[in-house]
Amino acid sequence: MIDWVLLGSGCAILVGIFMLLARAFVGPTPFDRILATNAMGTKTVIFVALLGFISKRPEFLDTALAYAIINFVSTIAILKFIEFKRIG
Amino acid sequence: MAQFFDILTTAFLTLGCLLALTGAMGILRMPDFYSRLHPAGKTDSLAQVLIMVGLLFQCFRYPTIGTGAAIRLVMITAFIFMTSPVATHAIARAAYVGGLRPWQQRNEPHV
Repeated sequence: MIDWVLLGSGCAILVGIFMLLARAFVGPTPFDRILATNAMGTKTVIFVALLGFISKRPEFLDTALAYAIINFVSTIAILKFIEFKRIG
Repeated sequence: MAQFFDILTTAFLTLGCLLALTGAMGILRMPDFYSRLHPAGKTDSLAQVLIMVGLLFQCFRYPTIGTGAAIRLVMITAFIFMTSPVATHAIARAAYVGGLRPWQQRNEPHV
């Protein structure tokens, strides 16, 4: 029973990811694309954690934690590059 | 007891998925960049917290999964709860410094 609940939640998160992907394609300004990609990263972290619980292997949570850190750092790096035209 | 945890997990996951879907819908449908920040910044962190709390009850249900997974879930929740508002604020600041003006009533919405 609870497996179906976890699976349905994963499907809902996937639908949300695809809606954000549409915004990342359409988005008129680059900031729209960055915003959609950042939200996609958060939803991906949730999806990886759900995947670990669907397959009863919570080692996936380490992957989710690493992905959260990479997502934040990449967002800040892209914004700094746009704002100051250099990363260093 | 396991059934009690299952009911709690179902409730939290349903609420979290509802919030995540409405947030994605808001990002897709809002007319302006600064109004798109609103669903992106708020629903993201709350949906993430709700889903992680729902998964935490699953950790309590199976003793084999144990406390390691619970500690990692709390770490992920705390990290995203700290960094998501920071990222949203940085995006808004970069857009404003970059010269993007908010949508006024008389202007055309740039969808």
